[in-house]
Amino acid sequence: MTQLTISNLSSQYDGKAVIKDLSLMLASNEIVALLGPSGCGKTTLLRTIAGLQPISHGEIKMGEQLISTPANSLASEKRNIGMIFQDYALFPHLNVAKNIAFGLNRFSKDKQNNIVKEMLALVKLASYEERYPHELSGGQQQRVAIARALAYKPQLMLLDEPFSNIDSQSRGEIMQEMRQILKEQGVPAVFVTHSKDEAFVFADKIAIFNAGKIEQIDQGSVLYAKPSSAYVANFMGKTNYVAIDSINQTSVTTCFGDLPFNGQHILESHTVVMLRPEQILLDEQSAHKFKVIQCSFAGSHWVYRVQAVADSSVFVEVHSHLMLAEQQIIGLSVTPHQLVTFKI
Amino acid sequence: MFIQLSKKWPAVSWLLSLLLFLPLLAIVWQSFGNDQDVFAQLWQTVLPDYLLNTLLVVIGVATLSMVIGVPIAWLVAMCQFPLRRFYVWGMLLPLAMPSYVVAFVYTDLLEYAGPIQSTLREFFGWSSAQDYAFFDVRTLSGATVMLALVLYPYVYLLARTAFLEQSQSLVQSARMLGCSPWQSFWRISLPLARPAIAIAVALVAMESLADFAVVHYFAVPTLTTAVYDTWLGYGSLAAAARLSALMLAVLFVLISIERLGRKKQRHYQRGSGQETIVRHQLTGTKAILASVFCGGIFMAGFGVPFISLIDMAIAYFDESFNSQFFEYSVNSLLLASGVAVICLIIAIVLGFYKRLAATKASELAPKLASTGYALPGTVLAIGVLIPLSIFDHGINGVIESMGFNGPGLLLSGTVFAIVAGYVVRFSAIAIGSVESSLNKVSPSIDMVSVTLGTSPLKMLFKVHFPLIKKGCFAGALLVFIESMKELPAALLLRPFNYETLATYVYQFVSDEQLEHGALAAIVIVVVGLIPLLFLNRSLEQSH
Repeated sequence: MTQLTISNLSSQYDGKAVIKDLSLMLASNEIVALLGPSGCGKTTLLRTIAGLQPISHGEIKMGEQLISTPANSLASEKRNIGMIFQDYALFPHLNVAKNIAFGLNRFSKDKQNNIVKEMLALVKLASYEERYPHELSGGQQQRVAIARALAYKPQLMLLDEPFSNIDSQSRGEIMQEMRQILKEQGVPAVFVTHSKDEAFVFADKIAIFNAGKIEQIDQGSVLYAKPSSAYVANFMGKTNYVAIDSINQTSVTTCFGDLPFNGQHILESHTVVMLRPEQILLDEQSAHKFKVIQCSFAGSHWVYRVQAVADSSVFVEVHSHLMLAEQQIIGLSVTPHQLVTFKI
Repeated sequence: MFIQLSKKWPAVSWLLSLLLFLPLLAIVWQSFGNDQDVFAQLWQTVLPDYLLNTLLVVIGVATLSMVIGVPIAWLVAMCQFPLRRFYVWGMLLPLAMPSYVVAFVYTDLLEYAGPIQSTLREFFGWSSAQDYAFFDVRTLSGATVMLALVLYPYVYLLARTAFLEQSQSLVQSARMLGCSPWQSFWRISLPLARPAIAIAVALVAMESLADFAVVHYFAVPTLTTAVYDTWLGYGSLAAAARLSALMLAVLFVLISIERLGRKKQRHYQRGSGQETIVRHQLTGTKAILASVFCGGIFMAGFGVPFISLIDMAIAYFDESFNSQFFEYSVNSLLLASGVAVICLIIAIVLGFYKRLAATKASELAPKLASTGYALPGTVLAIGVLIPLSIFDHGINGVIESMGFNGPGLLLSGTVFAIVAGYVVRFSAIAIGSVESSLNKVSPSIDMVSVTLGTSPLKMLFKVHFPLIKKGCFAGALLVFIESMKELPAALLLRPFNYETLATYVYQFVSDEQLEHGALAAIVIVVVGLIPLLFLNRSLEQSH
C-alpha cells in the first residue's frame, strides 16, 4: 500500500525554485533516504511534506487524503506526521516525560503516563523521566525526540539529518536501533542525509537528489553498481572513468583491452566505462602494465593510484589487500561484470 | 593564560576598584551611624507610606511594562503587519525620552485647562469639573503609567530577542505534535521567553525604584524622594544612608531575580538567531489592530511628547536660545566627555588586569568596580557624599588647627563630587564594553605576541588597543550619553550655581514652565537617540 504520494511537486524558497517537478512514492513500512549535497532541496522537500513550506505546483497525498496543493494546505498540526529535527528540538523547559507527553493532550493523565512509560522503555531510557534535555547526551536527546514523535502515533516519520550531531563512534549503533524501532512500530519514514554511509545503513531505498530533482531512486546496492548517471556514480563512491576507444559487437575496447558485455545495449554516443576501484584486479598475467605512483593505506585495504605504461595520460585508482611499492610495475585486469557506460 | 605584568598594574587596578566600591561600603557603614533619631521618627510617621508607595510604583510599572512590552515584542518578532519594519526600532525610541518630560507633557495636556479637557467640555457642554470625572495624572497611578511608557522598551527589547532566538524547530516541532500556532505560543514560545522577560522586568523594576524625577514632580513620596528630602531637608547623611540601605535591600531581591533569569536563559535560548523566520502574515482587522496598538504606544511614549517639545521649542525659541542654554550645554558636554574618558581609562586598566593576570582576584576587581551602576542615582549620591565630606572635614580640621583658614569643601562642594558620582555610576558600562571586546580577541594572540618577544605593555598598545578600539569608543559613547541624561545624582552632587542640561530642564519642569527648557530637552532626547541607532544596527545585522 502506498503511504505517501508526491506528484509533480515544485516549491520555491525566497523566490527561487528549490524543488522542480518532483515525484516520489513511499510504501507503508518503507524507509526512503533523500541523499544529496547541501542546498539541493532535500530538506525543503521534507518541509513541504510536513506542511511547513508552501508548494507552487503539484500535490502531496497521504494514503488517499490530499494534504497539499498550491491552493490548499492541511495545517501541519493536522497531518499526523512525526518529525525529528537536526537539533532534536526538545523543549528545554520541559522534562523528558513532559516532552514525550506533549502531543498527547487528547488522552487522560493515566493514559499519557502509560504511553510515556512504554515509549521510554522502547528507546531504553526507562529511568530518565525527570531529567531535563540539557542533562542528556546527544544520543539520549535523540532517543527522546524519537520517543516523542512515536508517542504521537504518526502515520509517517520525517527525519532531518538526525544523526549528524552524534559522534561517529556510536552513530552506527544508534542508526541500527532507530531503524529497528521504526520497523517494529510499522512507521514509514523519509530521511534526509548528506552521507551515503548513513543512507546505506538506515534506508530501504535511496533517492539521489540533484538540484531539486530526484536523479535516481533505488536500493543502495543497485545505485552503487548501476548508477544512471556520473552524478549518481560519484555520489555512491570512488569511480574511475576509462575512455572507450571503440565499441564492438560484444565488447568495448579500452586501455584494459576488450571488456566484454552480454546483451546490453550500449549507446554509440557513450565515451567512458565506469570502473569501481575494486573491479580492477592485480593480475601478473595481464598484458596491460601500469606503474604505481601513489600508495595510501585505508584500513581494510590499500588505495593505489596507477598510471598506464602504454598511455601516460591514463590514471586509475585501484584497491588491493597486497602491499605494493611506488614505481613498481604491475599488471591489471578488469573483473567481468555488467558494464556501465556514460557519455562524458 | 598567565602573563607577568609589572607589579604596579594590579596595585593600581585594585586601588581603582576599591575606590569605586567605596560608596556602597560607606552607605552600609553610615547606616549604623548616629542620625539623631531622624530615621526612627520617619519610621513612626511617614516611612511606611513611602515604602508602600515605592512598592506600588515598582510593581505597577513592572506589570504595565510587561503587558505592553511582551505583546509588542511578539507581534514585531513573529508577525508580519503594516509598518512592522518601522516598529522594530520605533518601539525603542521612548527609551530616549526623559520620564519627567513625558510626565510634564501629559500633565499639561490632561489638566483642567489643557486641550483635552477643554475639548471635551466644549463637545459635551460641561461647564465645570463637577460635571464629569477625569483621570488625574498627578497621582501614584499616573506616575506608574508615565514610567511604564518610557521603560517598557526594556521588556520589548529582551522579549523580542528571546522570541527571535528561540530555535525555529521548537515551534515547528510543536506544530507537528498537533499544536495550533496560538497553542504553540502559549505552550512553547512564551515559557521559553520567560527568563528573558524576568530579566527585563527586574531591570524595569530597578529603574522605577531609582526614579526620582517623576514621583518628585507628581509629589508622590517614595524612598527616593525621602532620601533626597532627608539629606537636603534635615541634612542627615546617616538617615539618608539608612533609607538608602533599605532601597539596597529591595535592589538585592531584584538583582537576584535577574541573575536567576540569566542562568535559565542559557538553556532556553540556544537557537543561532541566524535562521530565516517565517512570520505569520496578519491580514484584515488583525493586521490593522496590531499596527494601531504598536502605533498608539509609540505615539504615547515618544511621538506626542516629542511633538509637544518641538512645538514648545518653536514657540519659545527666542526666550530659550540664550546664554544660559549655551552655558549649561557646555557644562554638560564637558562633564560628560570628562567622565567618559576617565571611565574608559579605568575600564582599560581593569580589563587588562583581568585578562593577563587571569586569577580569581583579577576577576573580582572589575565586578567590585561595577557595583555603582546598580545603585539608584540618589542612593549613589549619598554614598559618594559620605567619604567626600569625611575627607573635607578632615582636611579643614587639620588646617584650621594649624591656625589658617580652612579651604572649604574641596571635594564635596565642587565639580569633583559630581564627576566622582558619575564615574562610580557609569564605569560599569565602559568596563563591560571593553571586557566584551577583549573577550573577542583570541588568547592565542597574546601568546603569540609574548613568544615573539613583545612586553605586555607594548602588546597593549600595539596589539590589543587597535583591536578593541571600536569597543572602547562604544563604551565611552554610552557613558557620555548616560552622563548627559543623569538627573538625580546631579541634583544632589552639583556645586552651588552649577547646572547641567538635565537639571536645567528639570528645574523648568518643576516650575511648570517646560516651554523655556524645551530646546534643552530636545538636545537630551536627541543625544539619547544615538545609542538606539547603534542598537538598531546591531539588531538588523543579527536578524
